[in-house]
Amino acid sequence: MNFELTEEHNMMREMVRDFAETEAGPGAEERDEKEEFPLDLWKKAAELGLAGVTFPEEYGGVGADYISYAITVEELSRVDPSLGVTVSAHASLGSNPINLFGTPEQKEKYLSKLATGEHMGAFGLTESMAGSDASGTRTTAVREGDEYIINGSKIFITNGYYADTYVITAQMDKSKGNKGIAAFIIEKGTPGFTFGKKEKKMGIRASATYELVFEDVHIPKENLLGEEGQGFKIAMVTLDYGRIGIASQALGIAQGAYEQALKYSKERVQFGQTLSQFQVTQFKLADMEIQIEAARNLVYKAAYLAGEHQPVSKAAAIAKVFAAETANKVATEAVQILGGYGYTRDYPAERFMRDAKITEIYEGTSEIQRIVIASHILKD
Amino acid sequence: MNIVVTLKQTFDTEAKIALTSSGSIDDNGVKQVINPYDEYAIEEALKLKEANEGSEVTLVSVGGAGTESAIRTALAMGADQAVLVSDPTLEAVDELVAADILAKAIAQIPYDIILSGRIAVDDGSAQVAVRLAEALGLPSVSSIQKLEITGQSAVATRDIDGGSETIEVPLPAVFTAQKGLNEPRLPGMKGIMAAKKKELKVLTLADLETSAAALNAGSKVTSYSLPTPRSAGKIISGEPAQQAAELAKLLREEAKVI
Repeated sequence: MNFELTEEHNMMREMVRDFAETEAGPGAEERDEKEEFPLDLWKKAAELGLAGVTFPEEYGGVGADYISYAITVEELSRVDPSLGVTVSAHASLGSNPINLFGTPEQKEKYLSKLATGEHMGAFGLTESMAGSDASGTRTTAVREGDEYIINGSKIFITNGYYADTYVITAQMDKSKGNKGIAAFIIEKGTPGFTFGKKEKKMGIRASATYELVFEDVHIPKENLLGEEGQGFKIAMVTLDYGRIGIASQALGIAQGAYEQALKYSKERVQFGQTLSQFQVTQFKLADMEIQIEAARNLVYKAAYLAGEHQPVSKAAAIAKVFAAETANKVATEAVQILGGYGYTRDYPAERFMRDAKITEIYEGTSEIQRIVIASHILKD
Repeated sequence: MNIVVTLKQTFDTEAKIALTSSGSIDDNGVKQVINPYDEYAIEEALKLKEANEGSEVTLVSVGGAGTESAIRTALAMGADQAVLVSDPTLEAVDELVAADILAKAIAQIPYDIILSGRIAVDDGSAQVAVRLAEALGLPSVSSIQKLEITGQSAVATRDIDGGSETIEVPLPAVFTAQKGLNEPRLPGMKGIMAAKKKELKVLTLADLETSAAALNAGSKVTSYSLPTPRSAGKIISGEPAQQAAELAKLLREEAKVI
């Protein structure tokens, strides 16, 4: 067993941290305030290869392992969780299903642009009647000649509006339930495909969250991803891997909030000593460190398994639920250590606390993660 | 065009300096980086490479095995290969010895332009690159802020007191990079992945047909000392007029600044 990160991992961490601190850090607060999507930062991140860390070199990706990807999302989120999820949703959700299930032609056409970041990807599963329960999918797809015709809508779509390609699920045969669902690749600009409501959110406010609307959208049959009826499976496998991205985002949020609290505790003087000299603060800091260290090990373990092509579903669910709950505990405690200042927008602690909450909700709520974990425990 | 960049690994500029019990600088657990001024040299080399097809950038360094991480970072930025002179028999390396070793290593490879940082942020002597130019019998221009190459000559611009100076030199030549020359790039993900496949040749002094005994240092460090820690400030109490009078008195009599 080897707990050592490679020299490349350390160089990647240093590079992404440098990029995040110098490029993303200064405007993060303002983008949060104005709900402004970090499009320029996305382009710069793509130039550094952050859009396609795990994708094969033959399609323009970096060809690095999943730990490299986890480190990338962690370090971006340590400074700007909105940028972290933009990259994660693009890579894990918008691009990876094409990488995993696409034909060579689909990979050539779509993955080669997604892996370099020339295009941005998004993924549409959730609907108003289908959240944790994908079987409620009401968006429909009907085969007609050489085309599929899509009707319906998707909500809460990360990278919506800004993304160039969307992997979405639609029901083809309601009588078959989940087995009637298929996945499709839809390009932005296809007639009938429009964007609805932009969500105003509590946290990750610089991340774009849109409704997708499909009104008689004709797409070529070549844009079916996998086979008809395979859509639900594609979505579940995509989410299994995607959870590594969100777990990494949560880890980065926890780390960012903790560092803020640690720094402040060494500076703030009350009753003649720094907060860090009070045992009550020391215990808080120690508890944060314990949880972050445990979360990091779980996240990297899941990433390691993904890189080794081993079953990842249970490990990713464990990592995601633990890292998300860690992010929330640590960020809340960080605000507490900063006291009144922590509650103001003068410090990023409150932003981390608002950003943390979503990690317990999207890409499978913490409750769903526990269902996934329990189903693995009880399988035999 | 063959571009050589000399590179030194130094302490991170934010590192806390401590001394060991024997009085040497303690590098235990200290984050090491590429000397920041050498980063400008690397960036300039990469820009020249991009502008001149078929060019190669070779890094040359003297240091311990730890120097390899700084070299890998520079290879990840886009340099093509590296030569590290690392020899366990090499102990005290002053500027004279460092320049001598670099000159011997560079003499073995083709070069048109040699770039270096203006100064290393650790010992701050700003001597090595200039001594290197002397050892190789080349012209050198220090602290450049702009570099243009045309054919077999180079025009460099440097800041001087009250203005700037433009100097033309024939190639090959040595240039040292000043802050402002460029904005060093970050190594991209692909560069990082490619770096480990690039050649990093480690040479001993024997490979350079010399030995520690044959390299004579011109100077020797006798001791290191840390700056005296800042003592606690003094708070003057009383009425404002009293405080001001007391402050003036202390500034004159104790601090002796007025």
